[in-house]
Amino acid sequence: MRFLLAAVIWLVGAALALPFFLKTWWPPEAISEHARTVDGQFMLTLIVTGIIFIAAQGALGWVVFQYGRQRSEAASYSHGNNTAEVIWTTLTGILFIGATLTGQHVWAKVHTMGAPAGAIQIELTGQQFAWNVRYPGPDGKFGMLDLKQINDQGGNPLGIDSKDPAGKDDLMSPTMPAPAGRPVELILRSKDVTHSFFVPELRLKQDAVPGMSIRIHFTAEKPGTYELPCAELCGLGHYKMRTFLEVMEPAKYEQWLQEKLKEKQQ
Amino acid sequence: MAETHAHGAHAPVHAAPTGFIRKYIFSLDHKVIGIQYYFLALIAVWVGMFLSLLMRMHLMWPTQSFGFLEKLWPAGAQGGVMTPELYLSLLTMHGTIMVFFVLTTAPQSGFGNYILPIQIGAADMAFPTLNMLSFWVTFVAFVLMIGAFFAPGGAPLSGWTAYPPLSALTETGPGQQMGQNFWILSLAVFCIGALLGALNFITTVLDLRAKGLTLMRMPLTCWGWFVTAILGLLAFGVLLSAGVLLLMDRVAGTSFFIPGGLIVNDKIIDHTGGSPLLWQHLFWFFGHPEVYIAILPSMCIVSQCLSTFARKPIFGYRAMVYAVCGIGAIGFAVWGHHMFISGMSPYTSMVFSVLTMAIGVPSAIKTFNWIGTLWGAKIRFTTPMLYSVGFVSLFVTGGLSGIFLGQPSLDLYFHDTYFVVAHFHLIMGVASIFGIFVGTYYWFPKMFARRMNETLGKLHFWITFIGTNAIFGPMHYLGVAAHPRRYSELTGVKYLAALEPLQHFITIAAFITIAGQFIFLFNFIWTLWKGERCTEENPWQSTTLEWTVPSPPPHDNFGGKEVVVNYGPYEYAVPGAPRDYVMQTDPPGVKVSSH
Repeated sequence: MRFLLAAVIWLVGAALALPFFLKTWWPPEAISEHARTVDGQFMLTLIVTGIIFIAAQGALGWVVFQYGRQRSEAASYSHGNNTAEVIWTTLTGILFIGATLTGQHVWAKVHTMGAPAGAIQIELTGQQFAWNVRYPGPDGKFGMLDLKQINDQGGNPLGIDSKDPAGKDDLMSPTMPAPAGRPVELILRSKDVTHSFFVPELRLKQDAVPGMSIRIHFTAEKPGTYELPCAELCGLGHYKMRTFLEVMEPAKYEQWLQEKLKEKQQ
Repeated sequence: MAETHAHGAHAPVHAAPTGFIRKYIFSLDHKVIGIQYYFLALIAVWVGMFLSLLMRMHLMWPTQSFGFLEKLWPAGAQGGVMTPELYLSLLTMHGTIMVFFVLTTAPQSGFGNYILPIQIGAADMAFPTLNMLSFWVTFVAFVLMIGAFFAPGGAPLSGWTAYPPLSALTETGPGQQMGQNFWILSLAVFCIGALLGALNFITTVLDLRAKGLTLMRMPLTCWGWFVTAILGLLAFGVLLSAGVLLLMDRVAGTSFFIPGGLIVNDKIIDHTGGSPLLWQHLFWFFGHPEVYIAILPSMCIVSQCLSTFARKPIFGYRAMVYAVCGIGAIGFAVWGHHMFISGMSPYTSMVFSVLTMAIGVPSAIKTFNWIGTLWGAKIRFTTPMLYSVGFVSLFVTGGLSGIFLGQPSLDLYFHDTYFVVAHFHLIMGVASIFGIFVGTYYWFPKMFARRMNETLGKLHFWITFIGTNAIFGPMHYLGVAAHPRRYSELTGVKYLAALEPLQHFITIAAFITIAGQFIFLFNFIWTLWKGERCTEENPWQSTTLEWTVPSPPPHDNFGGKEVVVNYGPYEYAVPGAPRDYVMQTDPPGVKVSSH
């Protein structure tokens, strides 16, 4: 029995850990500096927890194997060892709290510091079950909203107030184009229930909460099309609520913006 | 710790009942009530497991028609194919039933009720009538919860966390009408039962301990139930009030959780001024201690069995007690780690993350002490021992993923992915259920004077240990590959297609593991009627007080005898003792070392 139990603990442990070594299932390519720092923190945590995991499962299997054998003498009589308690309490304290302290700056950069100067603003508004993307247009200002003017079919899903001049040049888009290499400040809102913005390649997630405007920022470097699923349960269509972040070369982005503006003026 | 002045002999003892109804249904006997709770949890766990099986089937065969589904849910599965809203209602009900009616009910209210008074030398709980009331209130809560399935529109789809406005407005989807009301009412009633139970447990531990049973001589199981009761007393009141507020938002026109300016399903909502985050704070202020309510009793049942079957004192008894108390105390200061990406102040996240890591320390202490207990042991590989070792292994796996999730910078990526699903299922769900299995195999001879079949028990262990790892292990990989949770289908988001084989593997593992649970059910029921008789008082050569009374114990447990405790709870392998264990009530004179 002791062979079997030790073997199963070790084999199960090894099977769980193996894909992390082989990176069989792994986060998609990181496309921002922030994403790469998150990956660094992930690797650091993976190494620390990996060592603890292997040591703990290894030790558990070993004591079962070693002290499960038939023998005549009794078990050793001991109520414990205070020195050992102090040592492992201190060590785990340092390791665990150290791990989170090393990662605080990653969090702080996104959340406690505002977007860098020159960031373009994009507003992302969730609704059951779609994302509405709005750009402020050449004036750099978003128009006021009026609930009563909301018209999903008529192309005004947010209810941009027709009386507000700042709203005249606001642009709506089904996907979210953004220029590569330029900081983007994202303003997250919701029309109905809580949704969540998630772009795996940016290693960034933030709930869009009704009644709140939540700001985060990112700078995507690599042009490409990245899926943007909803990450907070929002109702029956949750599984298909998504749009795309389209990172474009800055020139192409400008061109898209101009075309979009022309389209609007017609 | 101060010597207690009240002893078991002062417990209010009620006369043994004679009629069937007072004996088995509206019983005041803590043992009968414990068994009632256990059976309630047993029914609930099969319901919850069945729901999870249906979800797994849908993820594997999303377009396949199943006739029985249409029979069960004519509207939710027209043509036998599950709709997304049915999937989400199964998900909601699975989570709620499992968390409240299984993980909270069996280890604490079930085993705690049955074993705690005996382990402290009392004739019953402090308030037997209150105890009966707690159970029946909980039973009503369960009936209300199941009632949600039959409500117009079906069961709610807002998840066990019921975030408003999704849960607060009837317009947000099917199941959000009467089903959600039933759900809230059920939880409110459950909270009342849990509060009554918590009061009873706390009073019983403080007032009814036998002579000589100081707090620092209590079995760790009693510490687990005691601290859990304190957590329950402080946490369930908050959930109860949050539930009442949510219900008022739904039926009385208040706006505690609903902000102004919402437009749902093309309808302008006339609520104004509420905060969705307020619910999240209230819910998780309860919800995080709830995790420990589910796991602490199991941790302590495992500690008890590891020591018993290692034939060795528990390593670091005091450290274990301090760790349980520490987990209980810090457990109230970490709820914010569920809300890193919720939109609350980012500065609070940084504080919550440090506190969260701090709670990992007592958890790690417990793991080290379990391994320390096995070090130098003379292990007996009984079924409860296999499950105890399995628990430690699961606890390590499930605990370490918490080191990722407790860091806001990594939670930015892992939040609301399958990584979280893997984490809490292992550490809260499966580990706690392993504790229930340990308790069942260990205390069955005491409760029913029969011993469950060991061969079937071991077979059950191998299937369950390997099976649950095969289900929840791969969910970590899904999370690493950014698979969001609570998705009823994999067709809505492109990058999920690549993860389909992993989902299929999990479904197959779930089928095998659930099939293995029939071995347990058969063993349990068969042993109840026909199993090997075991009328020995102490079949495992354990040391605590429940093993000094007949199996099953008489109505007043100790037959009116005064119980005097002379030793700590885990005196195994004491040099110079007449046998390899010294029971707590053995006459004084054996020289034991201090702990």
